[in-house]
Amino acid sequence: MSLTAQDIAEITRLLEESAFAELELEVNGLKIHLRRDGAAPATPRPPPSTATAEAPRAVPVIEPGLTPVRAPLLGTFYRAPKPGAPPFVDVGTRVEPETVIGIIEVMKLMNTVRAGAPGVVRAIHARDGELVEYGEALMVLAPRESG
Amino acid sequence: MSIRRLLVANRGEIAARIIRTCRALGIETVLAVSEADRDSVPARLSSRVLCIGPARASDSYLRPETIVQAALGSGCQAIHPGYGFLSERAPLARLCEQHGVIFIGPTAETLEAVGDKLRARAEAEAAGVPVVPGGSADSAAAARTLARSIGVPLLVKAVGGGGGRGMKRVEREADLDAALELAAAEAGAAFGDARLYLERVVAPARHVEVQVLGDGAGHVIQLGERDCSVQRRYQKLIEETPAPGLAPALRARLHEAAVRFAARLRYRGAGTVEFLVAADRGEFWFLEMNARIQVEHPVTEQTSGIDIVAEQIAIAAGESSCVARGTPVLAGCAIECRINAEDPARDFAPSPGIVSEVVWPSGAGIRVDTHIEPGSRVPPFYDSLLAKIIAFAPERATALERLRAALAATRIVGVATNLAFQSRVVADPRFAAGGVDLGFLAAVTHG
Repeated sequence: MSLTAQDIAEITRLLEESAFAELELEVNGLKIHLRRDGAAPATPRPPPSTATAEAPRAVPVIEPGLTPVRAPLLGTFYRAPKPGAPPFVDVGTRVEPETVIGIIEVMKLMNTVRAGAPGVVRAIHARDGELVEYGEALMVLAPRESG
Repeated sequence: MSIRRLLVANRGEIAARIIRTCRALGIETVLAVSEADRDSVPARLSSRVLCIGPARASDSYLRPETIVQAALGSGCQAIHPGYGFLSERAPLARLCEQHGVIFIGPTAETLEAVGDKLRARAEAEAAGVPVVPGGSADSAAAARTLARSIGVPLLVKAVGGGGGRGMKRVEREADLDAALELAAAEAGAAFGDARLYLERVVAPARHVEVQVLGDGAGHVIQLGERDCSVQRRYQKLIEETPAPGLAPALRARLHEAAVRFAARLRYRGAGTVEFLVAADRGEFWFLEMNARIQVEHPVTEQTSGIDIVAEQIAIAAGESSCVARGTPVLAGCAIECRINAEDPARDFAPSPGIVSEVVWPSGAGIRVDTHIEPGSRVPPFYDSLLAKIIAFAPERATALERLRAALAATRIVGVATNLAFQSRVVADPRFAAGGVDLGFLAAVTHG
């Protein structure tokens, strides 16, 4: 058994309708961690005091044929327009170059991030409410045919 | 508040220098880099690296909001701005104050007071420190009247400038209007402030500056002076401490004037008060204050035994610093040569590229502050400083000998540098005698 993008979208929907805040699922070595987060806080969060200074995640490798959507600036990434609202896009969402895929906040200034290319969201690397670097791959798009 | 993690908002050798002290103090560092500096030596030395924008400094290193956001988002309690870039810009200091991030430097208010060169002159006068004859040139008519009273040659300077940038020399009164117009346009574009002031040219004179440290509560100590008279177009090339051949009374008056000036501002952190000195007449005049760490701070560290970066951090964190212990005993002599990627054969044009091979000197009494190793890239976007070679010894003659040997042992392949030029300067008998004035380097270059 393997998971399709549609399955993940379905699981996400189930989580959102449930009373749970988090879901961890492992299927054939594929690990999914979904967290409902009261999402995008309106003010920057206090710096995590226990986090280490080490980079929190590995740089994702972009598979050939996939197009990364890179952060146009450093800031706090939000997947939804406001806390509790559904995310702009999810895995499986079809996007146009002009489609808004998230927000990057720099000192209270909200900058919308657009997909920049047509495609289907294959994976989302950037975590909601966390700092992203300039040039970081926020998500990757697959060509429409294979989406 | 103790600092456990610190954001370094700079690049090049000073970023590497700050990281070195942080490591010694057990402080984690987050280095904010532009895209051009992702693979730099300081990026490798830092605990973490965050890319803040494209290569162009105005899109990365010069963005206060991005820098503060990077610090907040990565859990840094403090920001060290180094020198240049945002180090003396009040908006970064103010943003830090608003968001509870420690700015390692003076208050935004102090930065405004000394960043406005006319206000700094007024502060100096109020502190009883002599200033170069001159004043505001807010209209062409006022400038002409002032020029007549102070006489030519004179300098047209930008109120928002400093460090010799945006300066025009006027030899004849008739040239004043044209110089004002050009200088105002340049100053407006470079500093966002077109205001100008005039100062008489004092020549011959030496550039002597005093390193100070203040605790922000009115206590200020000095760590001795530095002679930076070897300059090319107002850019320092060689610095040394102590200033050779100054009468002890004049030296003491310089130190006192610097402390008086900084204490009046209740100065916090490391700063440098710059003077023009006519040593033979026993006179000096205030030029400006640099409210940050200086490129040439290592010579002072070598003679004072004080780690200036560590003291900056301690003062900013409100911890006990050497300010409470008073001026330390200063011992020996230290001379620094700046090695730049500049081509003397092409009028010192910047020479970016890849350093394919490099050998830095070592040995007794030699210190090298650098960000260059074999394979390092020298991007065309930033200043061309590759390294600072510092020689120190109990007396000047030995320090000079060590410096000459160190320069001779240095090898840099891949980019053009001023290394051979610097060797020539330190071999000059006038420099060896000590106490050259600001006209010296032009004399070496032209003969």
